[in-house]
Amino acid sequence: MINSGDTAFVLFSAALVLLMTPGLAFFYGGMVRRKNVLGVLMQCFIIMCVLSLQWVLFGYSLAFSPGNSFIGSLDWIGLKSVGLEPYADYAATIPHQAFMIFQAMFAVITPALIIGAFAERMKFSAFLLVTILWATFVYDPIAHMVWGVGGWMRNFGALDFAGGTVVHINAGVAALVSAVFLGKRLNVGHAVPPHNLPFTVLGAGLLWFGWFGFNAGSALGANGIAVNAFVVTNTAAAAAGITWAVIDWLKNGKPTMFGTITGAVAGLVAITPAAGFVGVIPAILIGIGVSCICFVMVTAVKIKFGYDDSLDAFGVHGIGGIFGALATGLFANKLINPAGADGLFLGNPKLFLIQTGAVLVTIVYSLIVTVTIFKVVDFFVGLRVEEKEELIGLDLSQHKEAAYTVLE
Amino acid sequence: MKLIIAIIQPYKLEEVKKELYKAEVNLMTVSEVLGHGRQKGVTEVYRGVKETGNLLRKIRLEIAVNDDFVKKTVDAIISGARTGETGDGKIFVLDLPECIRIRTGETGKEAIG
Repeated sequence: MINSGDTAFVLFSAALVLLMTPGLAFFYGGMVRRKNVLGVLMQCFIIMCVLSLQWVLFGYSLAFSPGNSFIGSLDWIGLKSVGLEPYADYAATIPHQAFMIFQAMFAVITPALIIGAFAERMKFSAFLLVTILWATFVYDPIAHMVWGVGGWMRNFGALDFAGGTVVHINAGVAALVSAVFLGKRLNVGHAVPPHNLPFTVLGAGLLWFGWFGFNAGSALGANGIAVNAFVVTNTAAAAAGITWAVIDWLKNGKPTMFGTITGAVAGLVAITPAAGFVGVIPAILIGIGVSCICFVMVTAVKIKFGYDDSLDAFGVHGIGGIFGALATGLFANKLINPAGADGLFLGNPKLFLIQTGAVLVTIVYSLIVTVTIFKVVDFFVGLRVEEKEELIGLDLSQHKEAAYTVLE
Repeated sequence: MKLIIAIIQPYKLEEVKKELYKAEVNLMTVSEVLGHGRQKGVTEVYRGVKETGNLLRKIRLEIAVNDDFVKKTVDAIISGARTGETGDGKIFVLDLPECIRIRTGETGKEAIG
C-alpha cells in the first residue's frame, strides 16, 4: 500500500541527498588552490550526470535486483519492472521508483567523496573512466551485499543504517588507494592553505543539511525511526564539531573554523551506520570519539606515512566510517529499533564481531578491486596530468576555464 | 643598489623561488599581474565561445639587492623561469637611489639585506 506521507518524505529526502554532492563540491572546492577549484567542482558535477544515467541504465539493477549473494542480476536493466508499485522487500509503502531514485543519490555521492584524495592532479578522462568502473565494480556489488535482497552481509546480520560501510568505508578505502597510486602533488608540503575557506564552510553546511535526507530518509518512511535518525545525526555532528574545536584550542592555541567543520563532517560520517539504532547519548559519544580519532589521522598518521590524501577523504570518511560501523556494534539498542540488534554494551558481543567482519570485508573488497581499476586505467590512458598541466592548474589545463579573474 | 623586477609565468614561481633561495636571496615581493608580451593568449572557452588575445596572468617579482647580488639574482630567476618558449617573461634591472628600513630607520646597504 502506497503511503503518501512516506512517499513525499522519501522524495524530499532524495532531493536533500542530491544537494550533498554540490555541497561536497564546495566543501572540497574551497580547500584546493584557486587554479584547481573548477576542476573539483566539475568532477563533482559530472558525477551527478554520469552516475544518474549509470544508475537507471544498469547500476540499480546490479545493486538491488535479486541476484546472487554478491551482485544483483541484469533483470532490472533500464528500470525494467521497476515501476510505481511498492517493492516490499525494500520499502512496502512507497513506489519502487521512489526507492530507486533515493538510492541513486547515494550512488552519486559515494564516488564523489573519493575526489578529495586525488584532487589537483588527476586527468579528467582518467577520472571519468575510474568513476564509471568504480561505481559498477565496487559500489554496486558492495551495495548489493549489504542492502540487496539475497546480499550475504545483509543475511549475516550486519547493521548499516544509512551507508557507513557501503558509502563511507568503501569510498574512504578507494581514496587511500588513489592517493597512494597517484603519488604526491608537485610542490606541496603537508599543509596547503585552502583558497576559499568560506566555500568550504558553505559546503559543510550543505552537507549537514543534506545529511538529514541521507540518514532520516534511510528509514524510508515518515516514522519514529526517521525522527530518531534525524535527532542523533544532528547531535553527533554537533558533538564532533565542538570536540574538534576544543582539540584545536588545547593543541594549537585557537579554535579554527576549518577544524570545526571537519569535526562536524566526521561526526555526520560516523553516525551514518548507527543513526537508526542508537539514542542521543551514544550519538554524543560517537561524535566525541570520531573527532579525536580523525584528528590524529589527519594531523599525525597521514604525515608519518607521507601519502598525499589532498583533502582527507580517507582520514575523515574512511576512518570516520570504520569508527561508526564499529560503534554501531557497541551502542545499537533494540529499544530504539526492534528491527536492529543489541550491541556489545547491551550484552551482545556477537553484533560487534559481525560489524568488525563487515568492515574488514568491505575494506578488502574495495582495496583489491580499486587497485585493479586504477592499474587498468593507468595502463590505457594514464592517471595523472602532465607536470606542466599540474603546475598551471586543472582549471585551465583540463577545462580551458579560469575560476577567477585578476581585474574586474 | 638595484631594484630587480621580473615578470614570469605563474606556474614557474615555485621553481624561481627555489633558485632564489639557493642563491641566498630571501627577500622579495610577489604580486599577480596581467600583461601582454609577444606570447599569444591561452584560449579560454566560456559556454562554447572562445576568448583569445586576453591579457595574460603573470607573476611580478620585485627584489631590491646590493650591487654584488645583481648577477646571482638574475641568474637564479632565469634558471627557474626559462622554458625556451615565448612567454617566459622579462627581467628589468633599475638603479635604486635609496632604501630605508622602517623599523630602524637604517638606510642604504644595511637596509636592503
